[in-house]
Amino acid sequence: MATQVISANRLGDGLVVYMTDGSGWSERIADAHAVTDKEAGEAAMAAARAAEVARLVVEPYLIDIDESGGERRPTRYRELIRAKGPTVRPDIGKQAEL
Amino acid sequence: MYLYDAIDQSLVDQRVEQFHDQVRRRMAGELTEEQFKPLRLMNGLYLQLHAYMLRVAIPYGTMSSHQMRKLAHIARRYDKGYGHFTTRQNLQFNWPKLEEMPDILAELAEVQMHALQTSGNCIRNVTADQYAGAAADEVADPRITAEVVRQWSTLHPEFSFLPRKFKIAVTGSPRDRAAARVHDIGLIIKSDEAGAMGYQVIVGGGLGRTPMIGVTVHDFLPKRHLLSYIEAILRVYNQAGRRDNMYKARIKILVHALGAEEFIRRVNAEWEAIRDSAVDLPAGEHDRIAAFFAPPRFEPLAKHDALFARYRLEDREFAQWARTNVAPHKQPGYDIANISLKPEGGIPGDATAEQMNAVAAIAERFSFSEIRVTHEQNLVLPHVRQADLYDVWQTLRSHDLATPNLGLISDIIACPGMDYCSLANARSIPLAQDISKRFADLKQQHDIGELKVKISGCINACGHHHVGHIGLLGVDRKGEEYYQITLGGSADENTSLGEIIGPAVSYDNVVDAIETITTTYVGLRTDGESFLDTYRRVGKEPFKETLYAAH
Repeated sequence: MATQVISANRLGDGLVVYMTDGSGWSERIADAHAVTDKEAGEAAMAAARAAEVARLVVEPYLIDIDESGGERRPTRYRELIRAKGPTVRPDIGKQAEL
Repeated sequence: MYLYDAIDQSLVDQRVEQFHDQVRRRMAGELTEEQFKPLRLMNGLYLQLHAYMLRVAIPYGTMSSHQMRKLAHIARRYDKGYGHFTTRQNLQFNWPKLEEMPDILAELAEVQMHALQTSGNCIRNVTADQYAGAAADEVADPRITAEVVRQWSTLHPEFSFLPRKFKIAVTGSPRDRAAARVHDIGLIIKSDEAGAMGYQVIVGGGLGRTPMIGVTVHDFLPKRHLLSYIEAILRVYNQAGRRDNMYKARIKILVHALGAEEFIRRVNAEWEAIRDSAVDLPAGEHDRIAAFFAPPRFEPLAKHDALFARYRLEDREFAQWARTNVAPHKQPGYDIANISLKPEGGIPGDATAEQMNAVAAIAERFSFSEIRVTHEQNLVLPHVRQADLYDVWQTLRSHDLATPNLGLISDIIACPGMDYCSLANARSIPLAQDISKRFADLKQQHDIGELKVKISGCINACGHHHVGHIGLLGVDRKGEEYYQITLGGSADENTSLGEIIGPAVSYDNVVDAIETITTTYVGLRTDGESFLDTYRRVGKEPFKETLYAAH
């Protein structure tokens, strides 16, 4: 199974966030809690759904990531854009803060 | 312009209060996302890739300088300093916070704006010819009809939960600038031999995954019957439209499934029951609404202004802008000035808060404080004295708003695509940017002539690719962005749907493909023949041959 992390949008401002160790949420994918097997993924999703009930995030889901090359990157292009910001506006979104 | 009365204002103010409470309940955990989502969508609030997105209604694309300044203020205070004008003549903010939504809606309500019916399976914001009340070729002002329909359809209890969304466009000119034939209902205002006004009513047009050109269900509907007739159409749709499959739920599918004849029979049967009833607008009320759209106080001027002519002779850049971006006005001595939101390498439809304020100020000074948004993602100053055009152009230029490319290859429609939209399969905006950079040479653009490129990042076709002279549809091929190319589409009075020319091309090859197509056209055209006319004459084969010869 591919390495995965959980992403969602934060309820209050809608920004893209990732679930960290200890069920916190970070705007940086580098901080995300990674899982590598199905059971760990299900446990993480249970925690994410609890965070949804607790009104922290909206619609959490697992995304595949690639950690080769030393940098954690989503494998799907759509998720890469979510992780960084619009490709046409490098001055805004997370990419502007890196 | 139409101004709210106490009923309009009260309705919008009530909605602000309601949504304020709904947001509070959501944040307090009294509403789940599942419960809240339909409520936020009824207020134009989506959750997109990066953040929430708010779609603000600009009824039939008409707004005042005062309203534009408010949009600029919201962009600056609550968003990231810009907004995006859409193919529905609306404005989208890409980064609003849910927590601040009640404040944003309250600010909009201060200037008689809102986000009602910009989402959901209801009658959406009515669109119209952006040259309404100004065009030299106009039979009647479509804004009056659009406003009547707006009032009738706003929170209409019977039509708030239709099988699917419903879009109505109105034009009052024989030259269709509102894409009437690819809307759920297209209304074309006409006059008969006696001078009476009526409508050609077109139903069942649309784009998306099943593009169709609408069928005329009434050649000349007398003006007084407008509301009862479209109510009959909506009733037939509401009763017989499919609700089991969202991809087959638009009225176009119903019209196609029943056949035009049976559909018209059902509409007429329904109409017989309600025509001449209270549904239709009393003449007095129609006149009251029409009075809001009385022409502004034009000065009596000569048909051709000498100063305008002189500046065109003396300043080639101004002459170029005037040639492409200025359209004839019905009032002698006035013209319509188009503001391109497609600078070289820019994002189609985007405007910064500073640009919005600049447009507001220019409109205030030179165009009776009136601004229009076009479905091609540009802005319009509808009533400019010819004598003022040079000043207008200079001021626009100082804000990067004077690109002389209206209708040319760089005047591209592009949906937000995968840079913003959660539905998209591929990006649209960077392709538009790359095409405009490749064809940056304005001389070359003018030589190619009228050429409408339209790009959608998914099959929902917000970028109107089916009706682009050149259409690009983004598809996902095993995680890679590919683009299907269609040729020969058009959204004007001779509407046609583009034909797929061959296999999709990769992102990196799209701009080269566009250049191959334009080069092929230039080689095939006869004197003065446009791209579309050439394509209609020769068909797709010559383009297919050159485009795929090397592959």
